[in-house]
Amino acid sequence: MTVHDMKHADSDSARLEAVGGRLSRVDGPAKITGAAHYAVEQQLEGLTHAVLVGATIAAGKVTAIDSRAAQTAPGVLAVLTPDTIMELNGASDWLGNPPTQATYSPLVREVTFSGQHIAAVVAETFEQAVAAAALVKVWYDETPAIVDLSDRRAGDGIPIDAMTKEWGDAEAAFAEAPVRICTAYNTPREFQAAMEPHGLIARWQGDELTIWEPSQWLDGMARTYAEWFGVPFENVRLVSPYIGGGFGSKALALAHSAVAAAAAKMLNRPVKLVLNRPQNFTSYGGRAATRQTVAIGADREGRIQSIVHRGVNETAVDGMWVEPLGSVTSIMYATPNFSSKQNVVRVNTVVPGAKRAPGENPSAFGIECAIDELAHELGIDPLEMRLINYAEQDPHAKKPWSTRQLREAFAAGAEAFGWAKRSPAPRSMRDGHQLIGWGVAAGTYPVRRAYGEAVVKILADGSVEVESSSIDMGQGTYTILAQTAAETLGVPVEQVSVKLGDSHFARAGVTGGSRLAGVMTGAVHKAAGQALDELIGLALSDPASPFHGLQANTLHVRDGRIASPRGEGPELSIAAFMRAVGRDHIEARGDTVPANFTPEQRYNNYTTIATAIPHTEGDYSRHSWCAHFVEVHVDEDFGTVRVSRVVSALDSGRLYNPKLAESQWKGGIIMGIGQALLEEGIVDRRHGRIVNGNLADYMLPTNADIPDIRTISVGIPDPHSSALGGKGVGELGIVGVAPAIANAVFHATGKRVRDLPITLEKLI
Amino acid sequence: MRDFSYLRADNIEAARNAAALPGAMLLAGGTTLVDLAKCGVAEPATVIDISHIEGLAAIDVGADRAIIGALAKMSHVADHAGVKSLFPAVSEALWQAASAQLRNMATIGGNLMQRTRCPYFRDPQNFPACNKRAPGSGCSAIGGVTRGHAVLGTSEACIATYPGDLAIALVAFDAEVDLGGRKLKVEDFFLAPGATAEREHDIHPGEVITAIEIPGSAAARRSTYIKVRDRQSYEFAAASAAVGLELEGDGRTIRDIRVALGGVATRPWRARAVEDALKGKTLAEDTVRKASELAMQGAVDHGANHYKIALGPRVIARAILKLGATA
Ligand SMILES: Cc1cc2nc3c(=O)[nH]c(=O)nc-3n(C[C@H](O)[C@H](O)[C@H](O)COP(=O)(O)OP(=O)(O)OC[C@H]3O[C@@H](n4cnc5c(N)ncnc54)[C@H](O)[C@@H]3O)c2cc1C
Ligand code: SF4
Repeated sequence: MTVHDMKHADSDSARLEAVGGRLSRVDGPAKITGAAHYAVEQQLEGLTHAVLVGATIAAGKVTAIDSRAAQTAPGVLAVLTPDTIMELNGASDWLGNPPTQATYSPLVREVTFSGQHIAAVVAETFEQAVAAAALVKVWYDETPAIVDLSDRRAGDGIPIDAMTKEWGDAEAAFAEAPVRICTAYNTPREFQAAMEPHGLIARWQGDELTIWEPSQWLDGMARTYAEWFGVPFENVRLVSPYIGGGFGSKALALAHSAVAAAAAKMLNRPVKLVLNRPQNFTSYGGRAATRQTVAIGADREGRIQSIVHRGVNETAVDGMWVEPLGSVTSIMYATPNFSSKQNVVRVNTVVPGAKRAPGENPSAFGIECAIDELAHELGIDPLEMRLINYAEQDPHAKKPWSTRQLREAFAAGAEAFGWAKRSPAPRSMRDGHQLIGWGVAAGTYPVRRAYGEAVVKILADGSVEVESSSIDMGQGTYTILAQTAAETLGVPVEQVSVKLGDSHFARAGVTGGSRLAGVMTGAVHKAAGQALDELIGLALSDPASPFHGLQANTLHVRDGRIASPRGEGPELSIAAFMRAVGRDHIEARGDTVPANFTPEQRYNNYTTIATAIPHTEGDYSRHSWCAHFVEVHVDEDFGTVRVSRVVSALDSGRLYNPKLAESQWKGGIIMGIGQALLEEGIVDRRHGRIVNGNLADYMLPTNADIPDIRTISVGIPDPHSSALGGKGVGELGIVGVAPAIANAVFHATGKRVRDLPITLEKLI
Repeated sequence: MRDFSYLRADNIEAARNAAALPGAMLLAGGTTLVDLAKCGVAEPATVIDISHIEGLAAIDVGADRAIIGALAKMSHVADHAGVKSLFPAVSEALWQAASAQLRNMATIGGNLMQRTRCPYFRDPQNFPACNKRAPGSGCSAIGGVTRGHAVLGTSEACIATYPGDLAIALVAFDAEVDLGGRKLKVEDFFLAPGATAEREHDIHPGEVITAIEIPGSAAARRSTYIKVRDRQSYEFAAASAAVGLELEGDGRTIRDIRVALGGVATRPWRARAVEDALKGKTLAEDTVRKASELAMQGAVDHGANHYKIALGPRVIARAILKLGATA
C-alpha cells in the first residue's frame, strides 16, 4: 500500500541491501513520525460509527431488548439487534471446511460467554454511539456457566485423537524406571494485548465491499466477507497497510467485523467500528488456559526411558480450539517410549485463538520444567541433562533433522552466560536480600511452509516495485522483501519500493506460524529473477538495445547498471536502457505454486491453510531451535521476581536480516518474561467474566522489567526449509522462556512454581 | 460517557462557587476523572476545569515545613530538590506511582482524590452492586476476585483498597490538607468505609483543595518509601510502607519513628502500634521485625489477599532497617 523512502533508513553495515544485511526497518521513520496511517485512520466522507453492546452474563438467553431510548437518542441512525440485523450466510472455516450452518448472525440471542455481542448502535459520531449504547436495555434468562478448567462440572472433556502420539510402551517403561518424576503444570488464559485494538471501516459501493482493517491474512479474511455477503471474492478489497501488533489475533474476520460490514450495507454508509480495550479481551480469543502432567522415567545416569504426557486445554461452548500440548514434548528428547494424549474442555468463553507459538509455548513449559525437575532429582546439571538426552533425529517422525543447531545453541549460550560458574544447590547464590537463580530451557518451533506469489516491476526510471497482499505487522516484511528484490536484480535497495497490505495485489496466505518470510522471500526471489531474465533477454534481442549484436549470451546487472560479464560493450543504467528500448516497465509475476495446481487449488492455497506443507514432509523434519539462559533475583521477603539477565542462542537457519531477526527474538523473549511473571486473565467465578480486561490491570512487562537481552544466532542455511535457507523467527523466541525463568526461580528459592504466572504470593 | 457542560474557572472563588452546583466535578490533570468517566463511574453534569488557576502550583519547601500547591504536578514535586532532601519519602512515593506520562499530567490535589482500583467499582455495566458507587446496592467484591483488596479497615459494606502512594507518606508525617476555609490532618481527611462506603473524603460540596502542608521533622528528613509489586513499574502497591526514623545521639536508640502502610488498607494507614513498640528501643533486626507484625492487628483477609498480612510487616521492617543502615 505504501511506498517508503529508503534514504531515511538508518544503516550500520556495508552491504545492507543484500539478503543478510542489517538494514533498518524501512517503515520505521513513517511509524515514528506518525506518517504511517493505520487501517481505521482512513478519513472517509459520510463515515458513521458503531458501538457494540455486550452480554453481561456468561450463559443463558436474551429474553428481551429494549432499544427505544437508544433509537431516539441524538445522532442515532440504527440500533441493530439479533432481530434487526441482516441475515448473513455461513462462511467456511480457515481450513476450508464448508459452513456448518447456512446462516450466520454476529449478534446473538443464545449467550455462551460474557461480553458476547448482542446489539450495536450506529450513530453520526462516536460519542453519540457510545452514549446511546449505554441506553440499550437487555433482559436475560441466565443459566449456570462453566467458568474454567477447574470447574468440577467441566469433567474430563473431549479426547482429541489427532493429538495422540505414542511409541513403545510408555506406561510400563515409566513404571519400571529406577528414577521417576510426575508433575503438573498450568498456564492461565493469556491475551495478545496488541497496542492497536481490533477494528475496521467497512464501505459498500454497489456490490463491492472495501474493508480497512488490521489483518494478518487479507485473502483469508476477504474470502470470509465474500461468503458472508454472497459476493464474488474479487468484489471484496481488504486494505491493511500497517498492523499495530497481531500476535496471532488478527488473522480472521470476526463477529464484530461482520457487524460493521452488515451495518454499512444496511445503512448504505461507511461504518467504523473499533473495539474498546475491555472488548479486546472478550471479542476474540487469547491463549487457552492449559493443564499438563508430565511423567518422566529415567535410569540413574539420567537417560530417559519413558515420557507419559497428558494435556488439557479449554475451548468454547460454541467453538473448537486445540492448543497442541504435546508438540515439543514429543520431539525435544530421545526416548524409547512415549505417550501423549490431549483433551479439550468446553467452558463459557469466547473461542480461544492463536497467540505467539500456540502449542509449542505451553508444551515447552511442561517438558522443559519437568526435565529440570528430573535433573535436580538426579543431581545432574540441567544443561548436561539435556545433552545426555539429545535427540539426534526426530523421535516422533523418525526422520533426520534438516538442521538442528541446538547443541551449538547450548554451547554458545552457556559460554556467553558463564553457566560453568553456576553453583548447583538451590538457594546457594545471593546478593543481600536477593536470592539469585540461574535457569536454562530449550525451545523449538516447526518450519511451516506454503506456496507464495509476488509481482516485481522494473519501471522506466530504473526503480523497482514489489507487490504482495502479504503484510507487515512490525516483523519487517517491507524491509526483507526490498532486500531480496535488490539482491536478485542487482539494484541498490533505495531503488526498491515494496507495496503490501492490499488484497488486490498478488495473493498471499496467512502471516502466521512464522512462515511469511520464508514463503515471500522465495516468491520475490523468483519473480525478481523472472524480471531480470526478461530485462536481459530484451537487452540482447531488442534491435534498439545498445547490447544488441554483442557476442554475449548473458549480461550482469550490478548497482543498477547493466554490463556484459567480460566488460566489452557499453555499460548503462537500467533507466538509460529502458529509454533506449522505449519501454515504460517490465513486469513479472512469480510464484512457487506447483505447476499442476488448478485455479481452485490456488485459491485455496491463499484463502485457507489446507495446502500448507507439513514440516515432516519428505526426508526431513524441519524446526528452528533455541536455548535460553536466564538469571533472576528473587526478594526473599517480598517474593518479587525480577529477571536480571537473559542470554539466548537461537537457530533460525539463515537470517535474511539479522537486525530484524534479533528484534523479533527479543520481542518473543520479552513476551515470555510477561508470561512467566505477570500475565493472567483473572475470571470472576460467579459471573464468568474477566475482571482485569484493561492495560492497567492485565499486567504486561514495562521497560523497567526487562534487562539487557543478548541473542546469539547459531543457525546455518537450511536448504530443506526455504528457498533462501531461513527457518522461522517470529514465534521461536518466546518458546522456552517461561520454563527457563521458572527453573531459575527454583534455583534461587528451592521452590517450584508450576502455575503461571509466578506472582509474589506464590513465593512468600 | 454522557454529555456534560464544561466550565473553566479562572480563580479559586469561581471554582468554589461552581463546585457547589449539583453534579459538578473539578478537573485538574484529568487522569482519574476522564478515566472514570469512560468507565461510566463518574457522570459529571458540569466539569469545572481548575487547571488554569494561577498560583496553585507552587512548591515551597523549608526545614520547618513544605507547602505544596494543589495544582503542582506529581513529577515536579518528585523532582524538587527540597522535597528530595527534606522529605525523601514524599519524593519516593511520587516517582514510584503510576507512569512518567501520568505523573506529568496528574496534580497533587487530584492525587489525594483518586478512587479505588477495585475492578467491580470500575465496571458498573457488568457489576451493578457496589456500595461505594451506589449506596446500599451491596458489594460485588466480597466473594469475588479479591487479590488486591484490603485487609485493614474493611467493613461489611466495602473492602476496597486505598490505592495511592503519596498519601501514605503524608499520613506518616502528619501532613495537613488545606481546603481554603478549613485545614485538617490528611489522616482524618480519608474516611474508613464503615457503613458509608460512598464517603471517602471529608470534603464538602464547594470545597477545593488548595494545598497540602507537611511539617518538617528529623524523621521526615530520614525517611523512605518502599513499594512492593509484581511489576517493577506502573503498578499499584501490593504493599508499601512510608517510614521515617530519628535516632538518639548513640546512633542506635530510636527517638522518633513514623510508620504508615499502603496497598493493604481501605485508607492510608498509620501504624502507631509499630511506632509505640519501637520508640526508645535499640535498632535491631529481630526487634524491628517483631514490632512490624503489630501493624496487622485486626487484619481480616478474603482469601486471595491473605498474602498481604505477611507482606505488610516485611515491607515495614525492610524500610526501617534500610534507614537504620544509612546512619
Ligand atoms: C493507569 C493508572 C495508574 C496509576 N498508578 C498510580 C500509582 O501507582 N500510585 C498512585 O498514587 N496513583 C496512581 N494513579 C493515580 C494518579 O496518581 C491519579 O490519577 C492522579 O494523581 C490524579 O490527579 P489529576 O490531577 O489527574 O486528577 P483529576 O483526574 O483531574 O481529578 C481527580 C479527582 O479529584 C478531584 N480534584 C482534582 N483537583 C482537586 C482539588 N484541587 N480539590 C478538590 N478536588 C479535586 C476531581 O474532581 C476528581 O474527582 C494511577 C492512575 C492511572 C490512570
Ligand atoms: S469493595 Fe467497595 S468498591 Fe469494591 S465492589 Fe465492594 S463496595 Fe464497591
